[in-house]
Amino acid sequence: MRHFLLALFCCLSLHAVAGVDTAVLKQLASEESDDKIAAIQKLARSADPDAIKTLHDLAEGTLKDDKGEDITVNNRVRREIDAALAALRLFDADPVARLSAAKEVAANADASMAPVLAKALAKESDPKIKGLLAEAHALATLKDAKPEVRIAAAKALASSADPNIKAVLKAQSEEANEAESLVRRAAFQSYLEVKDRLTLAETVGKIFSGLSLGSILLLAALGLAITYGVMGVINMAHGELLMIGAYATFGMQTLFRNHLPDYLDWYLLAAVPVAFFAAAGVGVLLERTVIRWLYGRPLETLLATWGLSLMLIQAARVLFGAQNVEVANPSWMSGGLEILPSIVLPLNRIVIVGFSLFVLALVWALMNKTRLGMFVRAVTQNRPMAGCVGVPTTRIDTVAFALGAGIAGLGGVALSQIANVGPDMGQGYIVDSFMVVVLGGVGQLAGAVWAALGLGIVSKFLESWAGAVIAKIVVLVFIIVFIQKRPQGLFALKGRFVEN
Amino acid sequence: MNRTPFIVRFLQATPKSGWISLAVFALLTLVIIPVLHLAVAEGSAFHVSSYVVTLVGKILCYAIVAVAMDLIWGYAGILSLGHGLFFALGGYAFGMYLMRQIGRDGSYKADLPDFMVFLDWKELPWYWTGSDSFIWAAVLVLVVPALVAFAFGFFAFRSRIKGVYFSIITQAMTFAAMLLFFRNETGFGGNNGFTDFKRILGHSITSPEMRVTLFGLSALMLMATLVLGRYIVTSKFGRVLAAIRDAESRVMFLGYNPLYYKLAIWTLSALLCGIAGALYVPQVGIINPGEMSTANSIEIAIWVAVGGRATLIGPVIGAAIVNLSKSFFTQAFPEYWLFFLGALFVVVTLWLPNGVVGLWQQMRQQMQQKRRAKA
Repeated sequence: MRHFLLALFCCLSLHAVAGVDTAVLKQLASEESDDKIAAIQKLARSADPDAIKTLHDLAEGTLKDDKGEDITVNNRVRREIDAALAALRLFDADPVARLSAAKEVAANADASMAPVLAKALAKESDPKIKGLLAEAHALATLKDAKPEVRIAAAKALASSADPNIKAVLKAQSEEANEAESLVRRAAFQSYLEVKDRLTLAETVGKIFSGLSLGSILLLAALGLAITYGVMGVINMAHGELLMIGAYATFGMQTLFRNHLPDYLDWYLLAAVPVAFFAAAGVGVLLERTVIRWLYGRPLETLLATWGLSLMLIQAARVLFGAQNVEVANPSWMSGGLEILPSIVLPLNRIVIVGFSLFVLALVWALMNKTRLGMFVRAVTQNRPMAGCVGVPTTRIDTVAFALGAGIAGLGGVALSQIANVGPDMGQGYIVDSFMVVVLGGVGQLAGAVWAALGLGIVSKFLESWAGAVIAKIVVLVFIIVFIQKRPQGLFALKGRFVEN
Repeated sequence: MNRTPFIVRFLQATPKSGWISLAVFALLTLVIIPVLHLAVAEGSAFHVSSYVVTLVGKILCYAIVAVAMDLIWGYAGILSLGHGLFFALGGYAFGMYLMRQIGRDGSYKADLPDFMVFLDWKELPWYWTGSDSFIWAAVLVLVVPALVAFAFGFFAFRSRIKGVYFSIITQAMTFAAMLLFFRNETGFGGNNGFTDFKRILGHSITSPEMRVTLFGLSALMLMATLVLGRYIVTSKFGRVLAAIRDAESRVMFLGYNPLYYKLAIWTLSALLCGIAGALYVPQVGIINPGEMSTANSIEIAIWVAVGGRATLIGPVIGAAIVNLSKSFFTQAFPEYWLFFLGALFVVVTLWLPNGVVGLWQQMRQQMQQKRRAKA
């Protein structure tokens, strides 16, 4: 009978879409929106592949009724169509389409969807989609007429990590929305579980972004800590050495794009040594021409290096233009790691945290396991004494400065992946990296590490309740107050010093 | 004990040549330039344009800041990277009064300053109370920068923070303040700061008479600063300061407490900066948080270094040289200004530790030696 009607229908109207029940079509063509919605929901429940096409046409306004006239839809109906389409796509053969449909349905599941969701849930094999569907199904049955169904739904939702579900459960646990006390209790229990999970996830997310900020600060401050420790020199051009590293990365990207387009994804690995040596080279140049002549005059060095930083900024403007240049993430660094639906850790930040650990390990090994590192530490602790026992102090100065500059260059590579690369980029980090050095104490790797990570994490936590600007101000004020208490920083060098 | 009366000591602190130079300077800035600006017709070759008056007026304010910086850096050995903050605080304190003087002539025709209307604020925040009074504004100009400096200095000097550490934390303080003033909610106009001023004490701010008055006041203030500075550095107080600069530990072993000496000169220096800021704002017609940027505060140090530290006239010359070259470069070769400024920092620290004044003294000494050798 149905097939017969269908064939007849096709013959009668060439414009009409095949595969749809005339009764449903008639209902769709009704003047009343409520009738239309009922018909759409009927289609959605049918799980019939043809229904998708019909609904699409309906949404586009190209569906004709039996008299060959366009069926018009209003916004309310359109919303229903979207929901119905999402429900129908739950049965798609492609898991990707099913996943996106499941996400859409989960966002606005209501009681009428429950049967479809149950059907989809039974058919589904992919665990991820299954989880989403189970959540959507529970959400849809939360308003069921039977209390035991509602309790089951509330219990099922306890495993969720979605902020919306938290709000729904909270509402369900209130007397105004739910008459049954057992359901209220179940909902409240689940609400607490979801809330705890979300708080944990949020904390993990904040700690991670704090670590990420801290690792950037560490890369920026590590070099500064070495030069300040060894030479007592405040290098105001340190930020510009970061900039040189970032521009070196940009240069490698351009080089690869033009000459080795097949290996473009690996330009970043090539940029690491190039940035190190470019920044170290500039560092040696600065040390030999200017800074070496200013030993014992730290305040003058501060001014001279500030002058150098101005010249480097302007040089970058002349060479590369005043605009920011574009440095793209390689494909293996884009995307993120989803630990929970609400928390995604960007891959590029994870790579940077790892990279800063690598740099830190390298510097630690260099400082503690090599002869050069021993010399550097000796000069840091007592310059005249080190000189007396045969440490070539001036050469150590140059090497230490080059090393500090090179590490800044490495920091520039990392920065180019998450921040804008432009002539002024270094200026934004100079105050922060000084704060790390001041907080950590002079010439102390451990101090720099603790200070950088601590500052990063504390800033991120403050940011979440006070906003970025206030957080920054609070951190600066905290450091200023802290310095009053411990002028030598967190990790002071032990020993006796004569002032002046 | 028979002590020379204060007034005599005060007058004697500045040598005769100094008083003569000040008199010449006073004649130039209080008589000649005003007359040439107001009375000489605009087409005449002797007319001083309003551009020149404003530019020189600006430099006079900078010179006050430079002398204030020299008192703390040149004579007490403390390099502050926070003087831009005190300058801006003075400017903001007076700017509040100027904003209130706009009255209903702003773009929104409201009683509140325009930016508050824009933020949909209904009434003035509590710290704007009394800002329509000139006297209160003047009090704020004097008290706010001095108070901030006093509080900051007290804790910093008490913990004996010095050298680059002190410089860095003053920089952090200024940076924090800049971030604070950039916020709209702070109530000082956010990004745009204060601008569009209309009048002072009911008189139009753009009239030539007002321009000349502000110019003259800046010149007077600079002269007062110089005379006061000379008195301070030649007094016993000034000698203790220099001793602290050269060997702080020894001064302590001799029984002095450096805290109060440092704190006094530091607070005075901030106060002078605040006054300079208050004179500066009506002349340039704008104050925004950019004045508190790190770069501005460091530039103040280079004015002093170029002119010559621990000389009082040096900073004035330095401020004039750097700012005149800035006006010249930013008009003629804008892309080379930063190269020039950067090179200036390097050259002065490497080869001119005593600045232009030091160079002049060195040349004069060499000439005298030659003359003696001939004789």
